[in-house]
Amino acid sequence: MDPYIEIHNLSKHYGPIKAVDDLSMKVLPGDIYGFLGPNGSGKSTTIRMMLSLIRPTSGQILLFGRDLATDRFKTLSRIGALIEKPDFYNYLSARKNLEILGKLSDISNLKTRVDEVLDIVGLVPRADSIVRTYSLGMKQRLGIAQALLHHPDLIVLDEPTNGLDPQGQKEIRDLIKSLNRDKNITILISSHILYEIEQIANRMIIIDRGKSLVEGNVQDLVNSQDRQVAFVLGDTTAALKLLDNTPWTARILKSNDERIYFKINKDEIPHLNTFLVENKMQIFAVEPVRSLEDFFLQITDDDKVN
Amino acid sequence: MMIKLISIELFKIFSKPRTYIGFGAIIIIVLALEFGILLQGDNIMGIIIANIKDRFMFEGNIINLYLVSYVILNTLWVHVPILVALVAGDLLAGEANAGTFRLILTRPISRVKLVFAKFIAGWIYAVMLVILMAILSIGIGKILFGAGDLLVVTNKVNVFSSDDLLWRFAGAYAYGILSMTTVAALSFMLSSMADNSIGPIIGTVAGIVGITIISTVGASLLGPVNKYIFTSYLPSWQLFFQTDSGLASLGHAVLIQLIYIVGFMGITIWYFRKKDILS
Repeated sequence: MDPYIEIHNLSKHYGPIKAVDDLSMKVLPGDIYGFLGPNGSGKSTTIRMMLSLIRPTSGQILLFGRDLATDRFKTLSRIGALIEKPDFYNYLSARKNLEILGKLSDISNLKTRVDEVLDIVGLVPRADSIVRTYSLGMKQRLGIAQALLHHPDLIVLDEPTNGLDPQGQKEIRDLIKSLNRDKNITILISSHILYEIEQIANRMIIIDRGKSLVEGNVQDLVNSQDRQVAFVLGDTTAALKLLDNTPWTARILKSNDERIYFKINKDEIPHLNTFLVENKMQIFAVEPVRSLEDFFLQITDDDKVN
Repeated sequence: MMIKLISIELFKIFSKPRTYIGFGAIIIIVLALEFGILLQGDNIMGIIIANIKDRFMFEGNIINLYLVSYVILNTLWVHVPILVALVAGDLLAGEANAGTFRLILTRPISRVKLVFAKFIAGWIYAVMLVILMAILSIGIGKILFGAGDLLVVTNKVNVFSSDDLLWRFAGAYAYGILSMTTVAALSFMLSSMADNSIGPIIGTVAGIVGITIISTVGASLLGPVNKYIFTSYLPSWQLFFQTDSGLASLGHAVLIQLIYIVGFMGITIWYFRKKDILS
């Protein structure tokens, strides 16, 4: 099966500024694809080019195997999108907004479908309220509802949890996961909230200053790096003495009364654990400290150095 | 699809409170003028015909519905362009300002069709304003003043028999619609280039007033260019209340207006098709 999104050497220049610079990426059917990068890295510009809101300076965008430049209608009819802020016709109700957008997508049985998507995002009780009265969280859910309206195969979500409280963020993440799992919808989600991508995406790309830094499976990318691990011990002083003059001592980053922090590869963790246990050290916990956030910062810092 | 797009745009226009400012303003202007003339008409008419009353004998109902409608028509190119710009200037810029282009242009619709649908919807609004003005001025005028011959005093005196007037008013209002279409097209063009509707609205009004002042004050400087400037033809509905030689100039006025409408729309489509949606 063709990738749902295939981008080749995409660039967008505004005069001397390269908003997107020779970017290539691939989103496969069934993916929850994380599109990661700091603010201003070119994520939104890329997404806008993917949805024909912005014209690329150069490069090619294939959606469902078709060229967006020549087959815009057929490709866009299979995509739902929520780009940046969830903006609507604030003077109309949620239902009226969805009806207008549904008509543009030529949806049959529109009223039924509007009720269905309102139900999916949990907005039925407020469906007839004017959107101006909605909270940001409700608008985000309405944004996802409009993206779902025409039964898309692919949904593009640009920073969908921006500005939401932790509860709201979790609700959106759960909704995204359920859409992927239960409705078999492929999802591209951009974010600078790294934890978010780590939580829900199976594949990802990291971009910075418009350029791709790394693309691949989220777990593989994270596991390929050395990680920080904290061993919570009964007696850190004894443990430090034990580790002295062993190869592990070079891997110690820091320690305190309860924990010793190591910078080690994932595969080395059981060996270190066994070594400590065999030498009668009490281990209360092994805590991963290294996260995608560290990985992301390391990658983007490396890029800046280079 | 086109009819669906137009109906959506009309629905959006008529869901906005600002749309009704235009209708409210027309009602207030017409009523104010009609009742003003009812109360002060004799005095005003006395001033207008002061210089000619010694040479002409006036009989019958001079202040009648046709005279009142004629006076009201004179407000057409002053007030209605503002009301038309208020809506036409918001058609594209309003979507940019609200961020809703992100919703509609990511759907499988043509930008060119969207531009036409929005313009047609805006045009329907402009037509409704002019028709409301016609119905109110003639309808209330008939109740308050009754019929009669129309006396038009410009650099000469024209008197039109009451049975020769309906088609002239119909023509004048139709021409008024054409003028307002030009205004709407200008405002719409500016709207396509802006991300906020204030600019196109003010730009349209300032443009019309500014060009009119320049072309009037600098008429001798601009010379032959003046006859190709669209603002010179906004008040050309008055040609319907002149003699046959006036009507002969109408073709040129209509042609100039049509050229500007096509020009403004052409620029709008060219610009909007390649516009990056950054809002």
